[in-house]
Amino acid sequence: MALLEVHDLTVSYPTRAGDLPAVRGVSFDLDPGETLGLAGESGCGKSTMASAVLRLLPQGTRTSGSVLLEGEDVLAMRPGRLRAVRWTEAAIVFQGAMHALNPVRRVGAQIAEAIQLHDRVSDQATAIRVGELLEQVGLPARQAASYPHELSGGQRQRVMIAMALACSPRLLIADEPTTALDVMVQAQVLALLEDLRRELGLALLLITHNLSVLASTCERIAVMYAGRIVEEGPAAKVFEAPAHPYTKALADAFPTIGDRASRRHPHGLGGDPPDPRDLPSGCEFHPRCPVSVPVCPTLDVELWPAGPGRRAACVHVSDRQPEAVTGGAPTEVAP
Amino acid sequence: MTATQPSPTASTAGQGPILEVRDLHVHFGARRGRGAAARAVDGVDLEVRPGEIVALAGESGCGKTTLARSILGLVQPTKGEVLYQGKPIGRGTSALKPYRREVQLILQDPTGALNPRQSVYESVAEGLRIHGVKGDEETLVADALARSGLRPPRRFFLNYPHELSGGQRQRVVIAGALALQPSILVADEPVSSLDASVRGEILALLLGLVRDLGLSILVVTHDLGLAWNIADRLAVMYLGRIVEQGPTEAVLAAPLHPYTRALLSVIPEVRHLEAQILTGEPPDPTRVPGGCRFHPRCPALASGDAARAGVDDRCRNQAVPILRGVTEHHAACFLTDESVKKEAERRQSTRGAHAEGPQ
Amino acid sequence: MTQQPATEPVEALPPSLPPQLSPRAIVRARRRQAAARAWSEYRRSRIGMVGLAILVLFIAAAVLAPVLISSSELDVTRATGVPLSPPSAEFPLGTDESGRSVLALTLWGSRVSLLVGFLATVISVVIGSVVGIAAGHFGRWTDSVLMRITDWFLVIPFLPLAIVLATVLGPSLANIAFVIGITSWPGTARIVRAQALAVTSRPYIERARALGAGDWHLITRHILPNVVPLIFANTVLIVAVAILSETTLAFLGLGDPLRVSWGSMLDAAFTQGAASIGAWWYLVPPGVAILLVVLAFTMCGQALEAVLNPRLRGR
Repeated sequence: MALLEVHDLTVSYPTRAGDLPAVRGVSFDLDPGETLGLAGESGCGKSTMASAVLRLLPQGTRTSGSVLLEGEDVLAMRPGRLRAVRWTEAAIVFQGAMHALNPVRRVGAQIAEAIQLHDRVSDQATAIRVGELLEQVGLPARQAASYPHELSGGQRQRVMIAMALACSPRLLIADEPTTALDVMVQAQVLALLEDLRRELGLALLLITHNLSVLASTCERIAVMYAGRIVEEGPAAKVFEAPAHPYTKALADAFPTIGDRASRRHPHGLGGDPPDPRDLPSGCEFHPRCPVSVPVCPTLDVELWPAGPGRRAACVHVSDRQPEAVTGGAPTEVAP
Repeated sequence: MTATQPSPTASTAGQGPILEVRDLHVHFGARRGRGAAARAVDGVDLEVRPGEIVALAGESGCGKTTLARSILGLVQPTKGEVLYQGKPIGRGTSALKPYRREVQLILQDPTGALNPRQSVYESVAEGLRIHGVKGDEETLVADALARSGLRPPRRFFLNYPHELSGGQRQRVVIAGALALQPSILVADEPVSSLDASVRGEILALLLGLVRDLGLSILVVTHDLGLAWNIADRLAVMYLGRIVEQGPTEAVLAAPLHPYTRALLSVIPEVRHLEAQILTGEPPDPTRVPGGCRFHPRCPALASGDAARAGVDDRCRNQAVPILRGVTEHHAACFLTDESVKKEAERRQSTRGAHAEGPQ
Repeated sequence: MTQQPATEPVEALPPSLPPQLSPRAIVRARRRQAAARAWSEYRRSRIGMVGLAILVLFIAAAVLAPVLISSSELDVTRATGVPLSPPSAEFPLGTDESGRSVLALTLWGSRVSLLVGFLATVISVVIGSVVGIAAGHFGRWTDSVLMRITDWFLVIPFLPLAIVLATVLGPSLANIAFVIGITSWPGTARIVRAQALAVTSRPYIERARALGAGDWHLITRHILPNVVPLIFANTVLIVAVAILSETTLAFLGLGDPLRVSWGSMLDAAFTQGAASIGAWWYLVPPGVAILLVVLAFTMCGQALEAVLNPRLRGR
């Protein structure tokens, strides 16, 4: 049984000008111990979706569909059960996590808070567990006595991960965990997540706009645009031979160093992400799409098969041909 | 707007640097009774030639931001000097004013860089008004906006920053810089807070400005991929010093300094190097290690390569000399010097062997 | 790669503006629109509207006092009423110890109270803002010196200092306003300094500096516009405090003895023992007037706070 099953999830924020659809019919599965990367930029709905999994959305948000965590629908749970499930079955490391720490409390106390909210554990046992968690994320146990401002960005991120692991969840959702970090610290954090996954059998849902990070860390990738998934499949395939033009744009945005094609030739995508209140007709991507055809504004796109284990919401794959949009893997420069 | 500067041709390539940094030190004073000063920039030589893009790369805390701000005169150096067209830039707001027309800043966060109460027109015109630039202000503003890709420019005059997207805001910031027709742009992380798909657009814009207007650009970034995308030369900084410098292809294809190699190896997009994840983080600028400042984290020292080459003692105890203004590929590393020396010796001996007859 | 033009801005030009206007004129028009929006936002607060109505009433009364009641009514030598008589048809609010109409006194007293209140506020806000902006923007030793001076003024008890200064300077309206202003600026200074500190560290200040801006440009074009709304909201509350302070000083006999203010009325009533002889009509009008005016200012201040800080709206 899949650990997480999302069926046709729709989330809208009510505003004075009507409902703002942030997530529009998203479905995916995650098995225990599996890693799924969710790629997308600001405004595509990925953070909303991450919050929806634990029903952490603001008051008044309208949701429909189902989010099955170990078979139970999170959206239909009673508040008591929901509080018990939160953090013990699935935990989130939020975007900008480094600012999510309370600056006037020691980090050990904050991790302890997560533990004590769920279990009646003695203070001594809690302290031991906090020490264990810190060691698990690569920090010395005595850092529990530090205040957040005494720690560096990378260390704070590790504290957030330790906090997320406090109740031994089976699913960890990481929303842009490395975006504000340096490349070396980013590599350390990703390596840590990989180690944790192996040691604890965690399932990992990694959300970021950097497709190459996902390609090197995750088994599968799903790409979101305008509240919907527009492509999904095995990570390496999606990255090297994208089926959807938006995926290709994301992949090209961060160049492969050594690839002649991107030397003095940055690849960008014109236009801006669509306004959720005013989405283009048909395929939402068509105004910015370099390969759009006349039928795109009128076509109701859905995820069509695009190869073994792959799907893409693009008219160019709908005739069931597993072709990449343009070209193949980037050529390398011989060092 | 006609280009008032010549586009880069072979003739400009031979000219001297338009911007030079010589032996720059920026130390931030010790807090009362709290010990050592923070040596943010600890001896840097750098040059930028007309029509070229130089990338200054490094992690946070390496001093690249402080270096950029000293170049702009926003931070006073403790020692050393910044030369523009061969002459030292002044100190103090009025002395720096003429210099500021020539060198402009593009900040990291376009949202913060624009006063939310000022319209796009006012933000772009601000520089013109400060310097009392003659000419039709409206036309100058429209030209600058058009140059940075916001077309038709007049449509954007009245918008406020919160009505624009991140990419558009960054273009407004760039337009504000271009309005003064500078010769150099200093861009501090120009795309790191923008979405992935917008990144390429802004970088292409910067490349276009160099091509069309003959600008030079100094880009400060932590993203080596950005250097690959647009930079002619790359300088890598660590803890206040430049540890490696050279043409971008050379540095990224065959990094000489162990730090550069490690940094490159962990980038997900890099395929040709095995990942070397360094432990810990760069030390505080108040506690710069003795000897080579990188030696506590150096994988070459830890793995014994340095010992095998006989330089490990120097790595631990001898300070590495500052990389002087050089443009060939160079690294501030004892091991590299040794390897280069041994390679030269090997070539000499091979040549000698050839001279004696075929092998 | 060909450079594609960036897409259109999210909001098109407001249709109400003719496109032929110069950018400067359009910016002015835009500012007017912003002011109109702020006003309509303010109107949505009932408390704010009630407070405003009360203020308008009092200010109108103060301004129109000479028209409504001739100043001769204040002349002690021409008083016609029976001293300390209760309200009657001829004297709707009774009479004071000299036989003057309490209504006339209250009305004319409002002029002094409000005038001194406003004057003192202007002094206080100007000093406080200048000090606050200088301390926040220039920082370092300027900040230290200015803040130590501010602390000094903050720590000194208001009343003793006011009494000393009033005695030394002599009783006149201007002096009283000066005394109140001089003793109440530290509060404004601290608030303004905090905001100036926040603004000065924002990236657009650095950008302006890189463009070549000097301190004057930075202060007038960037810091001041961002600090003025705060000052404005704070000012409204300071007026209330200033009026109360004037009342206090007048009550203590430090006000101008030749002018009538609410405070001096209370002082006179107290001296006459109005409370013990049951002459409530002498105490209540000035007291209620003070109460209403201060309340009105506070209500306006609260509504303004909601207008200027969007996050408080809808409370």
